[in-house]
Amino acid sequence: MSAFAAQFLDLSIMWQAAPLIRRGLGTTLLLCAIVIPLGLAGGLGVALLSLAPSRLVRWPLAVAVDVFRAVPPLVLLIFVYAGLPFAGLRPSPIEAVAIAFFLNTSSYYGEIFRAGLGSIGRGQSEAARSTGLTGAQTLAYVVLPQAVRNVLPDLMSNTVEAVKLTSLGSVVALPELLYSADMARSLTYNASPLILAGAIYLAILWPLVRLISRFENRPAGDTALG
Amino acid sequence: MVELVTEFVLEARGLRKSFGGQEVLKGVDLAVRERELVFVIGPSGSGKSTLLRCCNRLEEPDGGHVLVGGVDLMARGTDINAMRRRVGMVFQSFNLYPHMTALGNVSLALRKVVGRPRRAAGEEALAALDRVGLAAKAASYPAQLSGGQQQRVAIARALALQPQIMLFDEPTSALDPELVGDVLRTMRELSASGMTMLVVSHEMRFARDAADRVVFMDGGAIVEEGTPAAIFGQPFAERTRAFLGELAR
Repeated sequence: MSAFAAQFLDLSIMWQAAPLIRRGLGTTLLLCAIVIPLGLAGGLGVALLSLAPSRLVRWPLAVAVDVFRAVPPLVLLIFVYAGLPFAGLRPSPIEAVAIAFFLNTSSYYGEIFRAGLGSIGRGQSEAARSTGLTGAQTLAYVVLPQAVRNVLPDLMSNTVEAVKLTSLGSVVALPELLYSADMARSLTYNASPLILAGAIYLAILWPLVRLISRFENRPAGDTALG
Repeated sequence: MVELVTEFVLEARGLRKSFGGQEVLKGVDLAVRERELVFVIGPSGSGKSTLLRCCNRLEEPDGGHVLVGGVDLMARGTDINAMRRRVGMVFQSFNLYPHMTALGNVSLALRKVVGRPRRAAGEEALAALDRVGLAAKAASYPAQLSGGQQQRVAIARALALQPQIMLFDEPTSALDPELVGDVLRTMRELSASGMTMLVVSHEMRFARDAADRVVFMDGGAIVEEGTPAAIFGQPFAERTRAFLGELAR
């Protein structure tokens, strides 16, 4: 048992690795701050465009969304990072992560927003337009707040996935949390830094996951949020 | 914006509308004078709701004109959002915004369309709620209100913008029978206060008591119109008689 503890739960080694892991955590949070807002904005754009009357807009968009949801995000990332240089483009690791995960997460967020917008009856926007609100105002004040509320658990689940996705940045040598922890592992020849990294992911995501479960278990029709 | 001199608050001229090859409005002419309460009756599918919805271009007419206070809603230079303020609309299914309080529902357009500051908008919204007898429910959400109360909030929402005319699209059809009275009372008070109203409804008793004029529509056209006494007493057209007879059974 103590051999296990020495390999996995060595506090002094965790302490030694702390500065590296702290920097890694900073990078992970930075990636989240890029990927999540970009994905949300892109997803909203996708959802709104998917309501466009023209098939010339909707069909290519539907194909793109399907492609970016079906291709594994790791494949997408490696293609952007290692494939695009053959076309003369050399994205930095952070740019590659931003581009690849923008394509992936905005496709997922887009589907969620689309379901949310679809859940709001036409009567709502008709009532708003009948009082003189413009289409954009109707969306911003009447339709979108209700749509977001209806799909909030899904948006949050997808956000958890996006946070986890950032660990793939380690593959393109981006020193985020997982990469830093793994580097500490190889420097100390001990698995404890990996455990520490795992514990940090858990600390960030577990409250979110709990919150999602609470939303999903609320009685049907209850739209109050707190 | 071209303003034509007209004695009518609302004037529809030669309105045409088709849905997928089916012509539901076949060149309808209808004019409503100031302070008039005009009732549109007719069998379902006669085009009366479509006529109403064309009057603020929620439904885009295929042809014809809609004039509000002499302004042609169909004209190219007309700001439709500005004009919609002048045409209040009340829907069968209320369509209150469920995520806003009654006050929020009524004040939204005051703030975003009229441009009132939040506080002034709140005061005007409260005054509108007071006119429908629901000032005490200002902080309630739609889900906490009865159907009749929700519909009165919806009336206040339209009323707060001080429209020149209000359109009612079957305002009591979605209500439980015991809640209809409150809404009709509010509409009657509104009419008594001088509001110009165009109402599509099956409340024949209300039409008989409160309407200045009753219009009978069938098959996308106006069959006949006249005072309630004339339409309900001695309808001229066979189709009107058949429709009213059907209702009386």
